[in-house]
Amino acid sequence: MTGPGNNKATDVIVVGGGIMGASTAFFLRKRGHSVRLIERGLVGQQASGVNFGNIRRQGRNLVQLPLSNRARGIWERLPELVGENCEYLCTGQLRVSYDAEGAEDLETYARDAREHGLDLEILGPEALRQRYAWLGPDIVLGSLAPQDGHANPRLTGPAFGRAALKAGAIIEENTEVLAVEKTGDDFEVQIVGGDRFRAPAVLLATGAWAGPVAARFGEPVPMVSRGPHMGVTEPVPYRIKPSVGVKTRVPGETVYLRQVERGNIVFGGGMRNEVDLEAIRVYPKPEYTLHQLPLLQRVLPGIEKLRIIRVWSGIEGYMPDDQPVMGPSGKLPGLYYAFGFSGAGFQIGPGVGDVMAELIATGATSTPIEAFDIRRFAATA
Amino acid sequence: MAEPRVVVIGAGPAGIRAAQALVAAGLRPAVVDEGLCSGGQIYRRQPANFKRPYEALYGFEAKKARAVHTTFDDLSNAIDYHPETLAWNLSGNTLHLVRNDIADTLDFDALILATGATDRLLPLRGWTLPGCYSLGASQIALKAQACAIGERVVFLGTGPLLYLISYQYAQAGVDVAAVLDTSPFSGQIGALPVMASRPSMLAKGLYYRAQLTARRIPVHTSVIPLQIEGETSVSGVRFRTGKGKEQQLVADAVGMGFHLRSETQLADLAHCEFDFDEELAQWAPVADVDGRSSVPGVYLAGDGARILGADSAEITGELAALAVLSDLERPVSGQRVQKLRQGRERMERFRRGLAMAFPWPAFLARGVEYDVLLCRCEAISAGELRSSASQCGAPELNRAKALIRVGMGRCQGRYCGHAAAEVLADMRGESLRDVGRLRGQGPVKPLSCNTRMKVSK
Ligand SMILES: Cc1cc2nc3c(=O)[nH]c(=O)nc-3n(C[C@H](O)[C@H](O)[C@H](O)COP(=O)(O)OP(=O)(O)OC[C@H]3O[C@@H](n4cnc5c(N)ncnc54)[C@H](O)[C@@H]3O)c2cc1C
Ligand SMILES: Cc1cc2nc3c(=O)[nH]c(=O)nc-3n(C[C@H](O)[C@H](O)[C@H](O)COP(=O)(O)OP(=O)(O)OC[C@H]3O[C@@H](n4cnc5c(N)ncnc54)[C@H](O)[C@@H]3O)c2cc1C
Repeated sequence: MTGPGNNKATDVIVVGGGIMGASTAFFLRKRGHSVRLIERGLVGQQASGVNFGNIRRQGRNLVQLPLSNRARGIWERLPELVGENCEYLCTGQLRVSYDAEGAEDLETYARDAREHGLDLEILGPEALRQRYAWLGPDIVLGSLAPQDGHANPRLTGPAFGRAALKAGAIIEENTEVLAVEKTGDDFEVQIVGGDRFRAPAVLLATGAWAGPVAARFGEPVPMVSRGPHMGVTEPVPYRIKPSVGVKTRVPGETVYLRQVERGNIVFGGGMRNEVDLEAIRVYPKPEYTLHQLPLLQRVLPGIEKLRIIRVWSGIEGYMPDDQPVMGPSGKLPGLYYAFGFSGAGFQIGPGVGDVMAELIATGATSTPIEAFDIRRFAATA
Repeated sequence: MAEPRVVVIGAGPAGIRAAQALVAAGLRPAVVDEGLCSGGQIYRRQPANFKRPYEALYGFEAKKARAVHTTFDDLSNAIDYHPETLAWNLSGNTLHLVRNDIADTLDFDALILATGATDRLLPLRGWTLPGCYSLGASQIALKAQACAIGERVVFLGTGPLLYLISYQYAQAGVDVAAVLDTSPFSGQIGALPVMASRPSMLAKGLYYRAQLTARRIPVHTSVIPLQIEGETSVSGVRFRTGKGKEQQLVADAVGMGFHLRSETQLADLAHCEFDFDEELAQWAPVADVDGRSSVPGVYLAGDGARILGADSAEITGELAALAVLSDLERPVSGQRVQKLRQGRERMERFRRGLAMAFPWPAFLARGVEYDVLLCRCEAISAGELRSSASQCGAPELNRAKALIRVGMGRCQGRYCGHAAAEVLADMRGESLRDVGRLRGQGPVKPLSCNTRMKVSK
């Protein structure tokens, strides 16, 4: 991606071109701010480009739902906003459970979520079998979010990047940021090769790699990095419309799957891989794929007739409370954070971009994000 | 010290000679091969109840085939052979195997990858029609099953296998409508002095050619293939001769191939470094003359490392085993190593001659028309690759794969990767090296969702 390449100062520098950075750059342009997005590799190449693709509000911590609802509105308007729909399918998201505990969790969540604008439909075994004949016989309860769905992550980040570019953002790919410093009123962002860029506001959106930079500003966070384990089967006729996930209290037994219109069944869950932040690499463990297979067969009998054609993983930053770090720095005015999305940032991504742009441009946001403030770690870290 | 665990993947000529050398040094290697029988591609064995004699099956190579087979059969008590077993993944020093949907692991101290090659293909209008096979598949049908791919067959492409397999089909009594070689005859003449480094090999090539002529089978060189024709299956081939004349042939099957490409997925999963080989116009894992890869403990041999052919596979298989032994500080005859290296060098010279005689027709890949399917698994046309890559910005192949799905299907880029790289490079005005290569991902071949872990021993 190219941009109007110059070293002039911009209103905002966004560091990191995942879905968070790219959509923030886009929405900043919509608000008339000049913005430079700096990405080490290609836009949307890391977590944002390799995730499972759930566009799911259901199951999120309730404090995320306002943000998640705002994001949903953007997903619906993707073609109008970024010129393509990124294979977004609003075909519902179904969570199922095999036991009383799981069922209880689903029902409690459905009750609570209603107050936050998320309507879920609880389905008993009969209704489930009638609607989704392909589901496994062990399932005792289902909870459907009819307005959730899934999309193609490989397309979404780049689409926001291109839209931002078209709207006038400067996009520097293959450009690694070495240091961010406050000099006078401005920030100075230094890249590999020595160039420096200036801006009065900086958004740190470097995903799993954000920790050390935040720490240098005196705001260390207890983030750990892991790689969810993914796979995809060969294509078969398109039949499974909703994205499906298993709700269980047993760690390591979650599994989720979705079928894309092309026919392949994408799946993930179970164990998380170790990652190498330095080398920017994660090597999916073969045994984790084997671990997933019986879990998949239980929720979708018949899948044993298919073959897996590819497995992969990606690098994601997890916070101990599974909530992102999102909002202004507690130390330096003009510095903002959006990272650590804890395995669930894809759906809310465009909402995060919209909210961060609003926050940077106006100093406030109509969507509550206090729960994600970095200062929550100030006491502990 | 416990016995070092050495694993050989592939029971073709390279893997067999490697295993033999390891056993001779007192080790007990494991040999893994996904095939029903040992022998690999060239020395592929026929199923148990088939009774064709060696001479009928392997022609000039009958003696070598017998020697390789006998060697392997004699090793049976000295090795752990895992037939019909796919090495589907690799992680650290652990191989992941699967046989009949039962998964198992195998730890190694040294690993010899002797995984062979598959056909290098090019998209061509009509190449997805039933009745269009790769050259290799055409030969497998004949060798393993005593079947022909059709009653009247056109062979198309370039490289030594084109002539060998055309000859084998003619010999088997199949009506070969024509041999269409995209390489110019002049290049083949020009390469003769270089190929004279292996006189008997050269003589065989000339013999196949003479046999085709004697049987009045038309051989066209400098051909531009235009289309494989047919409604529901192959009915003919349209092409332009070297002189620019358009011709049409009636046929019910086509065997097509443009040399070979190494099977390198396991080397990739082992994190071996790759480099672009300008002469072969393909990426290859980096290895020293003895087959040491960039990763300690991982060795490469045979056509899986570098396309040098069957005789070379026997040499490089043994060389890799001797490299393993020497790295394990076992005694190795320096003289033997020297001799093998010399043999390998001769093969290299001959290969250079082959590359001159049968150049990879990059221009054909670059000229593939917009609506012709490039990636068969994902049904992506050359035009779709071009337009999305320019609209969305794909500076390299993996990005193109992410955005457009090229190389993302069942074959994982084996059959479309080379052409996709050419198209992308052409579009960007860059070299093949610049657009990179598709990174290998597990599983090496599709893995059944019914796969279960073996109950522990
Ligand atoms: C395998 C997997 C499956 C997932 N499944 C889902 C799902 O189904 N649903 C869901 O909602 N979420 C899912 N997630 C989570 C979701 O993908 C992430 O939360 C989200 O993409 C995070 O976006 P990001 O922009 O913060 O991070 P990233 O996409 O990682 O972007 C950060 C960017 O910063 C760049 N960068 C880092 N350091 C520097 C530097 N020094 N200079 C310049 N650039 C730098 C990186 O190159 C990278 O492109 C999944 C994640 C993974 C890995
Ligand atoms: C279809 C075909 C036909 C050929 N016919 C001829 C011919 O007639 N004459 C000629 O001179 N050359 C022929 N060649 C060229 C051939 O590559 C070499 O002649 C020779 O067979 C190379 O020997 P090798 O030991 O390197 O590999 P191969 O003989 O190809 O042996 C490799 C072995 O590795 C096994 N293998 C690969 N990957 C895995 C894995 N992941 N797990 C388990 N097992 C694995 C394969 O099953 C195979 O048996 C042919 C090539 C092909 C592809």
